[in-house]
Amino acid sequence: MPLLEVKNLDVRFAVRGGDLKALRGISFTLDKGERLGLVGESGAGKSVAAFSILNLIARPGYIAGGQILFEGKDLAAMSERELRKIRGNRIAMIFQDPMMTLNPVLTIGTQMVEAILAHRKISKKAAREIALEKLRKVYIPSPEKRLDQYPHELSGGMRQRVIIAIALLLDPEIIIADEPTTALDVTIQAEIMDLLLELCEQENVALMLITHDLGVVSQVTQRMLVMYSGRIIEQGSTKEIINDAQHPYTQGLINALPQMGEPGGRLFQIPGSMPSLKNVPTGCPFNPRCKFATEQCKREMPQYVRSGNVDVACYEVSNLIEQEKRMQEAES
Amino acid sequence: MTTATLSRWDRFRDSFFWYSFKRDKVAIASFLVLMLMVFAAVFAPLLAPTDPYDLTQIDIMNSELPPVGLSGSDAAFPLGTDAQGRDLLSTILYGTRVSLMIGFGAVVLQAALGILFGLLAGYLGGRVDAILMRIADVQLSFSTLMVAIIVGAVVKATFGSLMFGEIAIYMLIFIIGVSEWPQIARTVRASVLAEKKKEYVDAAKVMGFGTPRIMFRHILPNTLSPIFVIATVQIANAIISEAALSFLGLGMPETQPSLGSLIKSGFDYIQSGSWWITLIPGLVLVVLVLVINLLGDWLRDVMNPRLYKG
Amino acid sequence: MTSQSSTLVNIQGLEKKFDLTGGLLEQITFKNGKFQRRQEAVHAINGVDLQVQKGEALCVVGESGCGKSTVARTVMGLLSPTAGEIHYDGQRIDNLSGDAVLPYRRKMQMIFQNPYASLNPRMTIQKTLEEPIRFHHPEWSELEVRDKVHEVMHSVGINPDWGARFGHEFSGGQRQRIAIARALAVDPEFIVADEPISALDVSIQAQVLNLLMDAQESRNLTYLFITHDLAVVEHFGTRVAVMYLGRVCELADTKTLFSTPRHPYTQALLSAIPKLEDDRPNHIRLQGEVPTPVNLPSGCVFHGRCPYANERCKQEIPQLIATDGGAQVACHAVEEGRL
Repeated sequence: MPLLEVKNLDVRFAVRGGDLKALRGISFTLDKGERLGLVGESGAGKSVAAFSILNLIARPGYIAGGQILFEGKDLAAMSERELRKIRGNRIAMIFQDPMMTLNPVLTIGTQMVEAILAHRKISKKAAREIALEKLRKVYIPSPEKRLDQYPHELSGGMRQRVIIAIALLLDPEIIIADEPTTALDVTIQAEIMDLLLELCEQENVALMLITHDLGVVSQVTQRMLVMYSGRIIEQGSTKEIINDAQHPYTQGLINALPQMGEPGGRLFQIPGSMPSLKNVPTGCPFNPRCKFATEQCKREMPQYVRSGNVDVACYEVSNLIEQEKRMQEAES
Repeated sequence: MTTATLSRWDRFRDSFFWYSFKRDKVAIASFLVLMLMVFAAVFAPLLAPTDPYDLTQIDIMNSELPPVGLSGSDAAFPLGTDAQGRDLLSTILYGTRVSLMIGFGAVVLQAALGILFGLLAGYLGGRVDAILMRIADVQLSFSTLMVAIIVGAVVKATFGSLMFGEIAIYMLIFIIGVSEWPQIARTVRASVLAEKKKEYVDAAKVMGFGTPRIMFRHILPNTLSPIFVIATVQIANAIISEAALSFLGLGMPETQPSLGSLIKSGFDYIQSGSWWITLIPGLVLVVLVLVINLLGDWLRDVMNPRLYKG
Repeated sequence: MTSQSSTLVNIQGLEKKFDLTGGLLEQITFKNGKFQRRQEAVHAINGVDLQVQKGEALCVVGESGCGKSTVARTVMGLLSPTAGEIHYDGQRIDNLSGDAVLPYRRKMQMIFQNPYASLNPRMTIQKTLEEPIRFHHPEWSELEVRDKVHEVMHSVGINPDWGARFGHEFSGGQRQRIAIARALAVDPEFIVADEPISALDVSIQAQVLNLLMDAQESRNLTYLFITHDLAVVEHFGTRVAVMYLGRVCELADTKTLFSTPRHPYTQALLSAIPKLEDDRPNHIRLQGEVPTPVNLPSGCVFHGRCPYANERCKQEIPQLIATDGGAQVACHAVEEGRL
């Protein structure tokens, strides 16, 4: 049994003029100690996916269907009380902006001790010891001093380290990191990513990394999901997707990167932009931008087909696979 | 992506503004009541049974008649008459007209001064800002009523009662307008400070546009929503200020009564049983101020930028 | 140094300080029994010399707080320099005032980072684009203005029929196209682009970069391109200037810089780019953190984090010196041959 299994998750936002379907039946699994990347552009629904795993979707959003099975128990059906025992404790979350997590008027020590005491019955002193140990783990210089400092006294990189230390406080099984380095400079981003990778391996924690940066995903994760307009359009081995993407959107995304183009030459570009949730096209959501789109693509959402270790939702890909099969059969 | 360009009316009908108005019963009711009162006030000369300014139509014998339904009433005067024998309904209609005129006039003056000084202070900053805002502080530290009482007394003494009656309405607009401009100036300044950091202002500067053009054509339209909210509430405040001044005898003279001076004129007869002369204009004033404030509250909710974006 | 004749924009000894303390009253503090006058300033740029050649795309890269945006804004006259001069086509422009500066406002344009803030929310696209044209060409007829708007909208891939719409009705990528159209509407020669694609999604970034390159080719533009994204620089830039704490530490042709980075900071920066490779990242780790630009370190601004720093680096400020590879590097270690 996988550690986390999301089955047919549907998330909607109730707004005037009807519901917006932010997630439309997404399914994936996360195993113990696995590092999973969640890639997509803004509006694809990747942050909604991250928030809904912890059932943190705030009104007007709501989970309209599907299951989120964590060790076999459905988080979507759990009471707020039971959820609180899991949030921060078994599943921790890291946000893009450290100041969203850190309370500016409390010292870092107070916040860390409080987080431990909320879930464990131990003395304050023992909790402080754990906090110190975790700060050392994320290579914060002179951690004793940092415990008594306020968040604004630390630099952006240091703050994100503290956030990681807080996420690790209760030895969670899963860390969900939502764009953890987007607000940081390149050199600091590299350091934080190295650290996150090292810690996850060391402690055997599963990592769900949400990002728009394909470079980061390719360096850190083992498997990845590509999201488009509330759906997972391609998922599987990171290596295979990065080296040989099947879905036209993933291909376009990778080929649009400046490092893929000839310096000074034109970059590959996908025409148009992602549809807004208000007018999602019928069929495959990518069909208006896709050069392979057929009448079938405009009518129906394609089913997943397997190619190597990758699942792709695309008629073009499934047709190609069919063809290949037929040719092989004809040969033999 | 091929939808035809929307007309202004379609745009309005599709807007959040119209949507939230349609759903807010209090706002709709307030708006209807206010429109009714404004309509009645504007067309008072056509609607009123008598002209309270015309002395020939007044008969002192008709004084202190109660409203219809009470003993001793006269069907010609549905709301009764005041101490001078004027038809109360007509007087209230004319009085509402005066009160609304002063309210709107004062706010137009306030807004003109407030927007100009707020824009200058916020956009130019530095010394201009410091000087203008200190003036605003000084202005705010005097209460409107105190300034009005002093100015009113001086004007009355220099021009005499008769002349005072003629210029009273302009004087009230001037006093209330001038003493309340800092409210608007401060709001404008705050939003200008936020707007001028945005890149569209830099883009205008890079184009070489002059300071007045950037201030009035680019920044001002983006600071209008909070002004709109404040101005609405300020109309109610101005009407109240005017009523208070009239009640103190420094506002509109009894020959051209506003709601405030009507209330005052009836106040002397309240002990003798003629309560309607005070109570009915009082109710009209309360309803007028209430609906304006309710509309202002609704506007504030709608124009809250955090909600608006959603 | 390349020949003087082809230099379009010449930045010499540029410095910019932002005063942190306010007026005289706020500067005076009472400490240890006596009054002291205390002045603090952010040293955003500390002596930058750059020459932008005609027809090139000079990229300025660096991390946040290195002063790259301040350089852009100072060149455009949005900020006035504390010291130094800016020349455009041989004419000094940083001290021009009033109408004298207008011709340069037309020749030099800017594209901003945030397409959500750079379009006036109360103006239709048509008005946004018409206004600069009318302003700079008051003699043009209504028809000529319309044709021009039509032409620039078309050239950036925005349907000219959408002119009556407001900025918020467009997506981020479309807004940035409109912002580019506004800059192009006055037929500039030189465009400063301050992080023009960093607020956009990956697939849209490619569209906008292509658009900027097409415009450069068809309109013979010169760019000063400010960015933190090295992958974009490698693709887009003719030459690259790497900035750290308000100083240029390396200036070279793009190819040279990416194949043989010389300055230790450039090396660390290049190693930090996440590449599309599935092997383990191998970053150069810098010790410590970027010092604040309020209290600048003495000597080389990078010495506190540099693995090659010695006594000289702590005292003497290195100057940009041409190396045999063609790059200009401000580093004592490179100059002495230690690196």
